[in-house]
Amino acid sequence: MFRPRVIPVLLLKNLGLVKSIKFKKHKYIGDPINSVKIFNDLKADELIFLDILASKEKRTVSLDFVKNVGSEANMPFGVGGGIKTIEDIRKIISAGAEKVILNTHAFLDQEFIKKASDEFGSSTICVSMDVKKTLFKGERVFIYGGSKMTKMKPVAYSKIIEQMGAGEIIVNSIDRDGVMEGYNIDLIKRISKNVSIPVVALGGAGKMSDFSSATREGFASAVAAGSKFIYQGTRRAVLVNYPNKEILNKIFSNVRK
Amino acid sequence: MIVIVDYGMGNLGSVLKSLRYLNLEVKISESKLDIEIASKIILPGVGHFSRAMKKLKDLDFFDVLNKRVLEDKVPVLGICLGMQLFAKSSEEGRSKGLGWIDSTISKFSIKDTLRWKVPHIGWNSISIKKNNFLLDNIVEGELFYFVHSFHMICKDLNDILSTTNYSYNFVSLVQKDNIYGAQFHPEKSHKQGLQLIQNFVLNT
Repeated sequence: MFRPRVIPVLLLKNLGLVKSIKFKKHKYIGDPINSVKIFNDLKADELIFLDILASKEKRTVSLDFVKNVGSEANMPFGVGGGIKTIEDIRKIISAGAEKVILNTHAFLDQEFIKKASDEFGSSTICVSMDVKKTLFKGERVFIYGGSKMTKMKPVAYSKIIEQMGAGEIIVNSIDRDGVMEGYNIDLIKRISKNVSIPVVALGGAGKMSDFSSATREGFASAVAAGSKFIYQGTRRAVLVNYPNKEILNKIFSNVRK
Repeated sequence: MIVIVDYGMGNLGSVLKSLRYLNLEVKISESKLDIEIASKIILPGVGHFSRAMKKLKDLDFFDVLNKRVLEDKVPVLGICLGMQLFAKSSEEGRSKGLGWIDSTISKFSIKDTLRWKVPHIGWNSISIKKNNFLLDNIVEGELFYFVHSFHMICKDLNDILSTTNYSYNFVSLVQKDNIYGAQFHPEKSHKQGLQLIQNFVLNT
């Protein structure tokens, strides 16, 4: 029985953990290493860390940080933020990460996805795309942490990502980020239909049934979320949480058969 | 001494971490001398089959691995790509494998690509095909963590310890004499994975 992964996505700003709404209004949540310890106890499937300012500030996610996570985390984890070279990836992997998340640089230099996948194996290379619905031009891929619009449409870009050999695609909906009212299932589904590599849904999860919908109706292979695992209740009290094994098995029972 | 063979393919820290709590002598090593005196060998690996075989060749590991595993019968556990290297050949590149298990490695051949994406990444259960010490205290239906696009096809069905379903059934655990292979990552599979590693280390 295949059971999709459920992945907390933790955003880093100046090495603190933050959570955004629609890629803005970053609220400080706490110490990232402390959250790793909690997710260890809660037996999270996998973690993703994204340094949201790295590309904009022309730097790469801190290696010391990756090492600290690596020595603490009991689960596989991926790291993203300003990754531009094969050497960057090599250092992040040897610091203990299982995979890297490419975004802005992969978009600007799509051949880099191919170079990286050839070097490290496709399952190590995950490409994330940030998608936003624009007023006049429909859905577009955004880069530099959602601050710059490109001419690329998400489905067209997902095909390029697959062609270049990436092992999976994170589809992040900027409009849904932090809103907690459900994933953009329609977008996830359109991308899933067009690629044969795993699609990870991100942006909008607020309740357990959102995980089920993304995998059953959107055909996502994994679901990721930020706010869902950080906040509790309608008043958004900070409380790191994660569903237990029984709940996960129930949500995803017979998700693929 | 348990030796985790480092041949430059992937992150070995999590394998080491999974053994640390057992209080045994464990070493990550890229030295033939360590393999020469190992009491157990673990061959991990993530990445490309041919690239991995080339690295083993460049490090001149073939002879020492063949001698220890085939002649001295030292228990060996291959994990993920490490298990695939036990095959005779792979669709992933042209290199020959170590050939310890009469098998080949094929890419997932999936018809319904909407539902079943490749790589197969995620949790999945195993269906046990024969009894072995490696499976002590492991309950059928427990989930293990998989990350792979290729899988083993065994010529001799007696070598299959378990299968897993991902659109169709494939070999998830293999065993022949002192040779053990896991297609999933026991080191990343929480309690049940640690149990499997412990079984390998203590029971074989």
